[in-house]
Amino acid sequence: MSNSNAGTHTLSSYLTGYVIALVLTAIPFAFAWAGWFSVRTTLLVVALTAIVQVVVHLVYFLHINYRTTAKENLLALAFAGVLIFLMIGGTLWIMFDLHYQMM
Amino acid sequence: MSVEATAHGAVHGEQAKYEDREFGFWVYLMTDSLIFALAFATYVVMIQNYSDGPTQKDLFSLGHTAGETFLLLTSTLTFGFASLAMRAGQASRVMLWLAVTMILGVGFVGMELAEFSGMIAAGAGPDRSGMLTAFFTLVGTHGVHVTLGSLGIFVMICQVAVKGLTRPVRSRLTRLAMFWHFLDIVWIGIFSVVYLPGIL
Repeated sequence: MSNSNAGTHTLSSYLTGYVIALVLTAIPFAFAWAGWFSVRTTLLVVALTAIVQVVVHLVYFLHINYRTTAKENLLALAFAGVLIFLMIGGTLWIMFDLHYQMM
Repeated sequence: MSVEATAHGAVHGEQAKYEDREFGFWVYLMTDSLIFALAFATYVVMIQNYSDGPTQKDLFSLGHTAGETFLLLTSTLTFGFASLAMRAGQASRVMLWLAVTMILGVGFVGMELAEFSGMIAAGAGPDRSGMLTAFFTLVGTHGVHVTLGSLGIFVMICQVAVKGLTRPVRSRLTRLAMFWHFLDIVWIGIFSVVYLPGIL
C-alpha cells in the first residue's frame, strides 16, 4: 500500500477518478429516472456501471494496481472477492431455489 | 559506521511496522466487506417480503439518493486532496481538506437520518416487514461506518493540529483514507442494489 512513487497519488489522477465516477453514477441514475428501456435492460446497465465504478474506485482512490501494490494485498482482495461471490451467489441460489420449490 | 547501520536498520524497522499496520487494516477492510456482502445477500433474499407494508417504490426518492451519493463521492475526492497535502507535508491544507470531508460526511449521515426518521414516522420502520428489517440493517450498518469515519476524521484533525504530520499520524491518516474510500465503494453497491432497482 505504501508505494513511494507517485503512481495514482496525483491531483490529476484523483480528479480523473472523480469525473469517471460521476459519469458512472449519472448513467444508472438517468436510466432509472427516465425509464427509457425495459426494467431488465435498466438493471443490466445499473449492474455494469456499478462493477466498472468499483474498479475505478479501487484504481484511482485505493491505488490498487499490479505494479506497486504488495502481492499480499492483492491476494487478500482476490480472496475477499471469492468469498463474496460464494456467499452472495450461494445464498441467492439456495434461497431462490427454495422459494421456487415452495410455490 | 555501525551507528549508521543501526539507524538505518531502525528506519527500516519503522517502515516495516507501518506497512504491517496498513496491511492489517487492509485485511480488516476485506473482512468488513464480507459483513456487507451478507447484508446485501439478506436484503436481496427479503426484497419482496413486504408483509402488506409499503414497497420500495412507495419509500425511496431518487433525488434524495442522488444527493447522498453526490455528498459521499465528493467527500472521497476531498479526502484524496487531504492525502495529497499529507504527502506534500502541508499540515494546514490537510486539516482544511479533512474538515471539508467531515462536513460532507456529516451531511450524508444527516440526509440518511432524515430519510430513516421520515420512514419510521410513516410507519415504515425496521419492525414493519422483513424487507424493511434487511433494508435498515444494510443501510444502517453503512451509516454507522460513515458516522465512525467522520468521528475518526475529527480525531485526526486534532492529531494533525497537536502533533503535526509525524510518521504515526501519517500512517493513521493513510489507514483512515482507505476506510473512507472503502465506504464509498460499499455505497455504490447500496444505490445499485437497493435504491435504483427499488424505484423501477
